[in-house]
Amino acid sequence: MHQIRRSTRLLASAAVASLVLATSACGSGDDPTKSAEQKKLDDGEALTITTFGEFGYDALIEEWNAAHPDVQVKQTKVGKWDTWKADLQTKLQANKGLPDVVAVEGDFMPALVAAPERWVDLSSDDLAGRWLDFKTEAATTADGALVGYATDAGPEAICYRADLFEKAGLPTDRAEVAALLGTWDDFFATGEKFKKAVPEANWYDASGSVAQAMLNQVEFPFEQADNTVDVSSPELRQVFDTVAEHVDLGSRAAQWSADWTASFTKAGVATVACPGWMRANIKSNQGDPAPDGVQWDIADVFPGGGGNWGGSYLAVPKSSTHQDDAQQFASWLTAPEQQAKVFAVTGNFPSQVEALADPSVLAATDPYFNDAPAGEIFSNRAAAITVQPYHGPLYSDILQKFQDAINRVDQGTDPDKSWETFLSDVAALQ
Amino acid sequence: MTQQVPDSRAGEVTATSPASGSPTPAGRPHRTEPSASDDAARRRLLRRQRRSRWDLKLSPYLYVSPFFILFALVGLFPLLYTGFLAVHDWNRAYYVRGDFVGLDNFVWVLKDPVFRTSLVNTFSIFLMSSVPQVLLAVSIAGLLDTRLRGRTFWRMSVLLPFVVAPAAAVLIFGSLFADQSGVVNGFLRELGLDGIRWHVDRWWSHLAIAGMVNWRWTGYNALIFLAAMQAVPRDLYEAAALDGAGRVRQFLSITLPLIRPTMVFVIVTSTIGGLQVFTEPRLFDDTPSREGGADHQFMTTTLYVYVKGIEDQFYGRASAAAWILFLIIVAIAVLNFTLTRLLTRRSA
Repeated sequence: MHQIRRSTRLLASAAVASLVLATSACGSGDDPTKSAEQKKLDDGEALTITTFGEFGYDALIEEWNAAHPDVQVKQTKVGKWDTWKADLQTKLQANKGLPDVVAVEGDFMPALVAAPERWVDLSSDDLAGRWLDFKTEAATTADGALVGYATDAGPEAICYRADLFEKAGLPTDRAEVAALLGTWDDFFATGEKFKKAVPEANWYDASGSVAQAMLNQVEFPFEQADNTVDVSSPELRQVFDTVAEHVDLGSRAAQWSADWTASFTKAGVATVACPGWMRANIKSNQGDPAPDGVQWDIADVFPGGGGNWGGSYLAVPKSSTHQDDAQQFASWLTAPEQQAKVFAVTGNFPSQVEALADPSVLAATDPYFNDAPAGEIFSNRAAAITVQPYHGPLYSDILQKFQDAINRVDQGTDPDKSWETFLSDVAALQ
Repeated sequence: MTQQVPDSRAGEVTATSPASGSPTPAGRPHRTEPSASDDAARRRLLRRQRRSRWDLKLSPYLYVSPFFILFALVGLFPLLYTGFLAVHDWNRAYYVRGDFVGLDNFVWVLKDPVFRTSLVNTFSIFLMSSVPQVLLAVSIAGLLDTRLRGRTFWRMSVLLPFVVAPAAAVLIFGSLFADQSGVVNGFLRELGLDGIRWHVDRWWSHLAIAGMVNWRWTGYNALIFLAAMQAVPRDLYEAAALDGAGRVRQFLSITLPLIRPTMVFVIVTSTIGGLQVFTEPRLFDDTPSREGGADHQFMTTTLYVYVKGIEDQFYGRASAAAWILFLIIVAIAVLNFTLTRLLTRRSA
């Protein structure tokens, strides 16, 4: 009996010891900054790409596979960016299991730029001028390395409900609406007028969405060019105060929440800050086909000039064993011709200069939005973008806290108090 | 899969046992026996005896070993590694461990107002869920223990919520408790009352979340109680009834004291579970941040750990918070255990 007990104790301590050993061994994985050994694709082996949401690549990949029997490509689709982001971070941490080509949401690019040694430099002379400048800049490191190829962009227009405008005695014609909403002051003033005439409906969908739209015109929203966090700029505070002052114009629900979705059909939403991809959300929130009497339209205008919201990138991690093939494939996918085809399928607006002038893009109309010339409108909106906000590595984290701060005001918290909480939330991120 | 582990191990041990194990004294004289076939038979017997002795000694350990091996891999190892990470910095850009920083992470977490908010939320949700849950479960079990028509049906139906995946349950409750478009608020407005801001007001949100937890776990606990109650000898009730004790009196004086061990078990497990509520608050917040409300009004501590680690990529701080939570849970489980024992012993 005694002997057994001693041996159990021995066994237990041996187990703990081996665990501790394993623990310390686990800390030192492969060096993620070192490039993997390059190999040729074996027979039956395929280049891998992971995308999220709908990139519209199915037909393109078939086309590529037919033309490149040696470099077959296999796509993995993940439902949502948030899901893929969590998975991607786990894989980056383990430095294992990453695909050869990784699709990344635009807001996440600063994280790639902050860790350039992990990613293959994709820059090449013949790609100069392919993308809108701000798209390339957001993927370029201080040393001039390009860590991602831009896929789509999110130039913003205003989507509006013509039937609600009419009810409020406002003009309903696209051009007249565009003339009405040239500045943010105009936008809010028209909103006050609208709300007086149609008090039961909301002027815009969510305070957070307007805040995001205004933020997309601030040059240094949260961080300075050297990546130091700075949330004390008067521009930022002004965005916050303006939105906080007008919470009654919106639904008071957080964007993407259940109440936000419901507000489209219940109270009704008159305007939405509208990048190309937002049309799909409006359709699904409002119902497609639209209920009787509901008529959406797109105005070729954005308050305060242009603004970009969203758009993704393709990147190649250094753990890829087929980096050249991966780069070629990503380059082909993001070429203007291919992205113009994507636009036709999904409505994701291209970020390539040439694609913006592509006849098939320019001629596109959207029947759900009263046959608005969507291609032409979004091309104009892309050309109107003058300021691209600087996104440092903490951008998306701070943005989330900023959205929380706006949301608190929606819920009735005093704006000054909510701002204080925002400041302490941001401090906790450093 | 797990069954193969002890088998192969057992084979290994028996193969090497003659070398390490002491030869039986009884075996020796037989070697001088003339008949070779006899000798072989005896040796076989001997081997079998040895094997069966080893079997007796080792097998129990091997049978329980799958659990402990698994526990070491997914329980003990993460626990220790978390402790290791908690005293290190974390490089967010490259996802690697940084320098040793001592207790800095613990200090940071304890000073973080959000962490303190999360602790208060955790305890509030825990009290709103575990206490009514155990009381309700005991009463339901008491009712199910009587002669009901269609007993199996009733017993099955209390377990039904447990079978529903928590994520699905939250979706249902989410649309019930939506602030503007929810069914519950619609009903309240029908009655002429104001709607309750389930996602905004701190204590109401806790109540909604505790409701989901209770809905899921009450039936499960009731079944455990029921199993214990069925083991109570029936003649005790008959004797009590002869003495003129009513049903309530029987329940309090016979049933409760006799299911004490089960009581302790359920209270301890529901304490541990109640302090680790995660899915419900995570999904109850239907904004994209999913951090337990804009003001963290219903962020629990496990959610805090997840957000700090997986989302914000501060593994050191998240690990420190996890360890603090671990210590709190251990302390409370021990306290609960002693209290329950004391209380039920007195009534026994």
